[in-house]
Amino acid sequence: MICYLKYFKTELINGLQYRTAAFAGIITQIVWGFINTMIYVSFYSHTNNVDSISLSQLVTYVWLNQAFLILIYMKSFDSEIMDKIKNGTVAYELCRPYNLYTWWYIKSIAKKYSAVILRFLPIIILGLVLPKPFNMGLPNSIYSFILFILTLLLGSILLVSIIMIIHIIGFFTNEDKGISSIIIIISNFLSGSTLPVPLLPNIVQKITEYLPFRLISDLPFRIYSGNISINYALQSIVLQIIWIIILITFGILIMRKVLNKVCIQGG
Amino acid sequence: MSFITVQNLNKTFKILERDPGLINAIKALFRKDYKIVKAVQDISFNIDEGEIVAYIGPNGAGKSTTIKMLCGILNPDSGNILINGLNPFENRVKYVSSIGVVFGQKSQLWWDIPVSDSFELLKSIYKIPKDEYIKTKEELVKLLNIGDLLNTPVRQLSLGQRMRCEIAASLLHNPKILFLDEPTIGLDAVSKVAVRNFIKEINKKKNVTIILTSHDMSDIEALTNRIIVIGNGKKLYDGSLSNIKKKFSDHKKLEILYSGLKKKPKINNVNVIENKRNYVLYDVDMKKNTISDIVEKYSKVCEINDINVLNENMDDIIIKLYEEYNL
Repeated sequence: MICYLKYFKTELINGLQYRTAAFAGIITQIVWGFINTMIYVSFYSHTNNVDSISLSQLVTYVWLNQAFLILIYMKSFDSEIMDKIKNGTVAYELCRPYNLYTWWYIKSIAKKYSAVILRFLPIIILGLVLPKPFNMGLPNSIYSFILFILTLLLGSILLVSIIMIIHIIGFFTNEDKGISSIIIIISNFLSGSTLPVPLLPNIVQKITEYLPFRLISDLPFRIYSGNISINYALQSIVLQIIWIIILITFGILIMRKVLNKVCIQGG
Repeated sequence: MSFITVQNLNKTFKILERDPGLINAIKALFRKDYKIVKAVQDISFNIDEGEIVAYIGPNGAGKSTTIKMLCGILNPDSGNILINGLNPFENRVKYVSSIGVVFGQKSQLWWDIPVSDSFELLKSIYKIPKDEYIKTKEELVKLLNIGDLLNTPVRQLSLGQRMRCEIAASLLHNPKILFLDEPTIGLDAVSKVAVRNFIKEINKKKNVTIILTSHDMSDIEALTNRIIVIGNGKKLYDGSLSNIKKKFSDHKKLEILYSGLKKKPKINNVNVIENKRNYVLYDVDMKKNTISDIVEKYSKVCEINDINVLNENMDDIIIKLYEEYNL
């Protein structure tokens, strides 16, 4: 257990040294944030038909989405893991007395956390100080803030459980681009990263109910602004935990299967 | 019962095959052809504790595959491996605590962080007690002369520096067995000798069993007398290096510098490699000729200034060995 914690710390510290990448990320996210908020502001000024989410909730959603993008966006896979598989360095990892699933999991999540630590604060601060109606609102209540933090953390754990499955499939096929591009599109659409779930057509919203993706980011962001009631939030947390257990168990099982058939690349 | 017992080991790989060209590429989308490659066939051997064994063979012979099965990375198709009472693949996590591994072409150190941080991480991975860790680390740092490198990120080390750190990393937890897969690949002469001396030292001092593969015959000559030769997945030879040398080293090169020669002596059954004024280089087949015979013939007709007898080098012997087994 200690070694996993230590590894988490090492990877976290390691990730914190990439300041230029973080700076570039912040700029990109801010630009995206502006584009999105401006579109929604002009959209809302021409309609009064949207009752699923208010403009201020939506703009808050956008800024949160930009600030925590790395944590909730189904992209930025750990290319190092795929590289290790492709060039065969994974052989070393198999010569170590640890559980490879846990090890990779820690690596992926630590990378996400270190990246988000470097990025989120400037974007949040900017969002908060912007003039109305472009600004990000404060949390609806102290409870919704606490539940927001909790569901966001669980959401990131859920996301990495899905990413792990992609990595393991990559281990089997030696290439993760095909499978990952399919999952990236599905996930980002159904998790509300492309368009917030309340704005999706009803039928699509119904579909998202049965899938884990909306629990990654749509849930915490709507809890924050009070678009989702505390009661419904608590129910969703149970759902998040169930999905995490299912996805991690599935990942561990296919990992075991893959290791039996593993073939190390190169030399 | 030996320390390492390997019985009737087999491993096959399925390799995707495709003829070149666009049409074949499209065909391959619908039907894939696989070729079965028998990487390791029916290999058995025993190794005792504290032995150094060199595992040699041409590229693609199945060396690395065997090593990977011995390390518990690959699951053999059939056959048994028992090392220190454990089955490497089935008890992987427990087993790997007792082995150290260096793959010369890959790096086990974390690329972005200083060497000492990698060592610290290994310390917690292997749950090495603090006192033992400090003691082993100091010893390794001294023996491998890497004290100055510890605070450098791995990406900034030269290959020789990195390899020394890799070897240290593989020994921090005091393993009973050390697998070295081409540990000297790409190293300069000084680093090579340093690595070799270190391997010898660690074997003597801690009684570590060492299994190494290398294409550098001077490595093997310097380190061990027992070799296992493998080719096309089959074991061809298991025994002492000196026997192989005796068997195949039947040619010697003879160099004679002379003066005052009027007529060259006639020598049968010998290849002249070079023939210059006052100098001749022969390739002597020891079964048909003797060195003294040739020298005597020369001494009768001229004054000999210098003689050199050159043994065949190890690479030539190995080439002959491979040739004999049609590799």
